[in-house]
Order: sequence, then C-alpha cells, then structure tokens
Amino acid sequence: MKAIVTKDLVKKFEDVEAVKGINLEIEEGELFGLLGPNGAGKTTTISMLCTILKPTSGLASVFGHDVKKEPSTVRGMIGIVFQEPSLDDNLTGKENLDFHGRLYKVPRNEIAERISDVLELVELADKADVIVKKYSGGMKRRLEIARGLLHHPKVLFLDEPTLGLDPQTRLHIWEYIEKLNREKKITMILTTHYMDEADQLCDRIAIVDHGKIVAMDTPDNLKRDVGGDVVIMTVPNGSEQLKTTLEQLEFVKSTQLVDGTLRLSVDKSETAIPVFLDVARQEGIAVPSISLHEPTLEDIFIKYTGREIRAQEAAGGFAGHGPGRR
Amino acid sequence: MPNGRMEFMGDIYSIWLREMIRYVRARSRVVTSLITPLLWLIIFGTGFSNSLSFGAGGTTNYINFLAPGILGMTVLFTSMFSGMSVMFDKEFGFLKEILVAPVSRTSIVVGKALGGTTQAAIQGILILGLSYFIGVRISGTLGLAAALVLILVTMFFIGMGFVGLGISIATRLENIEGFQVIMNLLVLPIFFLSGAFFPVTSLPNWMKALVDINPLAYGVDALRYAVTGLHTYALMTDLAVVIGFFVLMTVVGSILFRNVR
Repeated sequence: MKAIVTKDLVKKFEDVEAVKGINLEIEEGELFGLLGPNGAGKTTTISMLCTILKPTSGLASVFGHDVKKEPSTVRGMIGIVFQEPSLDDNLTGKENLDFHGRLYKVPRNEIAERISDVLELVELADKADVIVKKYSGGMKRRLEIARGLLHHPKVLFLDEPTLGLDPQTRLHIWEYIEKLNREKKITMILTTHYMDEADQLCDRIAIVDHGKIVAMDTPDNLKRDVGGDVVIMTVPNGSEQLKTTLEQLEFVKSTQLVDGTLRLSVDKSETAIPVFLDVARQEGIAVPSISLHEPTLEDIFIKYTGREIRAQEAAGGFAGHGPGRR
Repeated sequence: MPNGRMEFMGDIYSIWLREMIRYVRARSRVVTSLITPLLWLIIFGTGFSNSLSFGAGGTTNYINFLAPGILGMTVLFTSMFSGMSVMFDKEFGFLKEILVAPVSRTSIVVGKALGGTTQAAIQGILILGLSYFIGVRISGTLGLAAALVLILVTMFFIGMGFVGLGISIATRLENIEGFQVIMNLLVLPIFFLSGAFFPVTSLPNWMKALVDINPLAYGVDALRYAVTGLHTYALMTDLAVVIGFFVLMTVVGSILFRNVR
C-alpha cells in the first residue's frame, strides 16, 4: 500500500489558489522531499495531509485513509514537526513528551521507556528535566523531532526541519532524519527550500512552484535530466545576444540568463569553455569569471522555473505572509 | 461507547494536567494574583468598615460585605485569564500540537475550563483563608459546612463559565494586543457591575438593568449569601443563572473552538 496518495489536490484561500492540483504517490519507507521557494504551496500541501487544513477539492489519503473523511485515524498515524516552534516553553522536555504521549494514547506502562528512547535518539537525555525555555534553537528542533516520533507514527512530516539553524546543527538534524528513515523505516515527507538538504536526504523530490509540481524524480535522475556539466559565466547586463548566439552551438543543451549569470548545460565542458570565451570576445563582451560544475538541484530548479530559488527567497518577503505559510 | 468515554475523560485529564503544571510553575504569578484582591479587601474593607454597615440592624460590617465580592473578582480574573491563555498557546505555536492530536475539540475546551476553574478555586480558597486574619467571618444563616459547599459550588460554575467566555473571546481575537482591550472593556465592567462593592438594591434603573444581566452578580450574590446571609436575588435564581451561564459558555466555547486553526 502507498503511504501517501493525492489526486488533483487543490486548496483555495478566498481568491488565492495556493495549491493547484497536486498528484503524489509516496511509497512506504520513502524519504520524500517537497522542494520549492517560500509561498510555493509546500506547507499548504502538507497541512492538508496532516488534517490541519481541509482540501478545497481533490483527494488525499494516508495509508488509504482519507484525510477529509477520517481525520482522527490519520492524526493517530502521523507525526508532525512544524515549521514554527510548537513546544510548551514552560514545561520540561520530558513533560512536553509526556503530554504528547497522553494525547496520542501511548500506553502508560510504555511511556517512560519511549520517552527515554526518543530523547536518546536526539541526544537530549541529559536535558530531559530542563524547562524548554532554556533550550537552544537546535535543541528545541530536536525535541520536536523526538516528540513527532514518540507515538510511533507511520508517516513523519517535517516542515522546513532546519530552517534558521546553524550549519552544524543542520548536519546533526540531517543525521537524525537519515537514521530514523533507515533504521525505523518511517516514511518521511519533508519540505525545504534548501537545495543541499533535498539532495542529501531525499530518495525522491518533487519541485513545487506556484502550487504545482513541475518535476518529480530522484535527485540523480533530475540532475541527469539537465545532463552533462553546467558552465556558469558572469556576464554584464545586456548580454542577451551572447545567450542567443551560444544557444545555437550544437553542444549547448540549454541556457538560462538570470541576474547577470549565464548558465549553460553542455556535453563536453573541456572544449566548450574556450569556445564560449572566443564567442564572447568576438561580441566584445568581457567575462569576469567562468566556472564549471556538475549539475545541482539549483540548476534543475532554474531549468523548470526560470528562476533561482535564492533570488526568489530574497525577493519574496511578502510571500512569507501569504496563505501558503500558515 | 465506554472506550470512547474513557478516552474523552483521559483527554480532559491530560489538558487539565498541563494547565496545573503550568500553574504550579508560575508561582510568582500565583502570589501576585493573591496580592491584588487582598489589597482591595484590606484597604477598601478596613477603610469603609467603620462608616458602613449592612443588613438588618447593621450587623454586617463592610469588610464582611466586601469579602464575597472579592472572592467573585478572584474567580473572574483567574478564569478569564486562563481561558484567554488559549491565545498565548496560539501565539507561541503550542495550540497546533494540541489541534493535530487525535483529541476531540470538546475535551480540549472542557479540560481547559476545568484547569482554569481549579486554579480559580484554589485562589478563592486561599483568599477566603487569608481573609480570616483580617476579620472576615462566615456568619450567615447557613451552617459553616453548608456555606463552604455553596461557596465551592458557586465558584465552580462561575469559574467554568468565565473560562468558557475567555476561550470564546480568544478564538475570535487575532492577536495578543486585543487581550488588554478585553480586560478593560469587558472584565472590569463585569466586576464593577457585579455588586462586589455595593448593594445593588437601590441603584438607578439603568444600572440595575446592567447588573441584572451580569452573570457574576448572581455568583457574588450566592457567595454573599453563604458568607453573610445577605442576598438580593433568591438563592435558586442565583444557582440557576450561574449553572445556565456555565452550560451556555461551554457550548459556545466548544463551537467556536471547533473552527480554530
């Protein structure tokens, strides 16, 4: 049985359509990523899967249980780590977990053992009796992950699990997520706008933009799809003509010009770079820098959306207040 | 379905337990919230005691008259604050944790209300105990035991009612700023028009009308009957109103809370 199935899932907020028909099939045990800029509809999508929001139309089910018709059954089967903190700061770590265990009907004779298990897993055992107010941001996140696991969910949703954490803590959280997925075989669905996070963790990725899935595959396949290598040239403004000329070269597979950066997917990078520089020189364009790298998810994102995810984020200040977030 | 009922009770208990842990932990708040009513009682009560007396033959001095009003005030403030704490849960994200749990909304509302009422009752009992040292005596026509039972029952129903009101308001408010507004525009008038400070029998009509639609006035009246034997309304009327208020607010709170997210 599939862990998650959605069919033409749509969510409208008044006149804004945040999710415009999402189709997903996620296998049991899979670590699945929804990748996209803020406001793309990722959080809205998983909020519907978590029964927090009611779909406007379409179907969504968790292990065959419809989120609209059987919300309580679904709630009992899933764990959620929210994007924004959702702990009681005035309780200790252990008390937060105990409260969660009660709400999710974890048998009382197992609760102590389970609490120490999950705390062990996220390395917070020594902080069990400390009031959460005194935890650092990373510790709170880990406690939330521990809490999400306490009732042995079949599916764990992680909404931007490393948002706002320092690089070292992010790596730690990644390790926990991988360990859990591997050892406990928990199906996981995470949303992120970090390319490296999706690349590192996910078995499969759906790239979401403007409420739609624009591409879905394994990170490797997605990258292969871009093909060859990616040459990145810094170019002055008004280099559209250069782009057009280079596009016509037979070994150039695709080009994108975003904010003074020209990206070219090429077959044979070693021979391509001298040619590019020659062409630029003939057109009288100075190229301050040129570099070569293997395709990353960033390139895939640009290919499908025509934008850089980071530029989106910087410009998307108001998107954060849009209906997709809360 | 006994299993479902067991779960329902268990959920109520879980929500109640959290409220109580938070209450016990916020010791400074507990102490502060005892000081305000005690100041009222000591300063106001003593200040007016020599110049005002009530009842047939003036047998009830002002401090005894005021004490039940201050009890009502304590319950009102503690339970409203507790109900509106839903807003803090919303603001700090914890409400989501509760809302996505496999728990019915009604059990959340009832658990919260019981938690708030327990706190209000504890505060009330502490005030009542402390007021003994400044001369407040239970001297009504009821015996001491019956008076205490009536006090507890009354505190319970007005507590539950006002937590329900607080929850209902909290579900409609967008942000914490609204909290102060509600406190000043709703809670203070409810308190002032409850007859806590003065007898409501000889008021101008417009003010008497406001008192008559104030559920706390009936709560204070029942408390005053228990403490001093004085009353404005019949005891049965008092109890009917506070119980009706409790039922109404629990239902309204549950309905409004169902649409919270």
